[in-house]
Amino acid sequence: MDHILIAVALVLVAAGATVAVATRDPARQSLVLAVLGVLLAVLFTVLQAPDVALSQLAVGSALTPLLLLLTVRKVRRRGQREGDDE
Amino acid sequence: MSPRTRAWLVAVGGSGLAALLVAACFGLPEFGGDSHPYGDRAVEASLAHRTANTIASVNFDQRAFDTLGELTILFAAVLGCVVLLRQTRDEHRARPRPAEVDPPVRRYALLVLPVALLTGLYVVAHGQLSPGGGFQGGVVAATALHLLYLGADYRALERVRPVGLYEVGDAVAVSAYLVTGVAALLGGAAFLANTLLPHGTFNTLSSGGTVPLLNAAVGMEVACAVVVLLARFLDQAVEIEEESGT
Repeated sequence: MDHILIAVALVLVAAGATVAVATRDPARQSLVLAVLGVLLAVLFTVLQAPDVALSQLAVGSALTPLLLLLTVRKVRRRGQREGDDE
Repeated sequence: MSPRTRAWLVAVGGSGLAALLVAACFGLPEFGGDSHPYGDRAVEASLAHRTANTIASVNFDQRAFDTLGELTILFAAVLGCVVLLRQTRDEHRARPRPAEVDPPVRRYALLVLPVALLTGLYVVAHGQLSPGGGFQGGVVAATALHLLYLGADYRALERVRPVGLYEVGDAVAVSAYLVTGVAALLGGAAFLANTLLPHGTFNTLSSGGTVPLLNAAVGMEVACAVVVLLARFLDQAVEIEEESGT
């Protein structure tokens, strides 16, 4: 039973990571990254590492995507302004 | 070096590394086995100091000095971000307009905010008993505050979040960690040794000696660091604009 759970979690993580790499738009990519964070948290929980799972949940699926989204917004705003000036 | 030679070099080096890694994998103990030499010793040391969560004991007692290093890395990283993302001379601040928020989003955010904040503080306070601790709880508490940005708007967030205070809090928390370490030194033990306080009763909030203290210091440091970091990013994304016509 344990092995099946671990295998399912591993496959989900591999699938999530592949989608994250294959997504080209940074805004979408950060959302995929958040989902990948949750999947990794599930994997760590299944592997009996709840401390790491909590860190992963807080940093990987909340903080990192948020910082990425804010960066994307800043870069887009700059692009728009340059577009206005021309 | 021609591109062809470079590709060959990468191929040879890469396959060598792959072969070594595969060979090393065959030498590993079996997956999910019963023999955990390090784990057994860590649990024993953790129980000797009456700390229920062995991970917390490893982080804040047995390897508290490692955690000091991690704390310093986070502090330096946030300091670097603050310096890099400051408002430069050719930028100005534009006050963001008050934003309209959909009532369901507002209701959800304002409902979840106190729950998330309390969860973060709970995770920090119970670090020595259950999974979690200063780092995890600090991040949860700090991100919970930012639900106000979702539920109300940027100005509401700025009102409850004086960044200067959080910058001071960040530095104070790192100092508190150092002072706890030095106090052990003054008490005649090694730096950061867990000899300062009585170890208390197993599985109670006050157990574990200095573990809860260091946990709280890390929680405060991480929460302040995340708030300051997000504040700088939000400033750049929402408020700071480059001067036009330069």
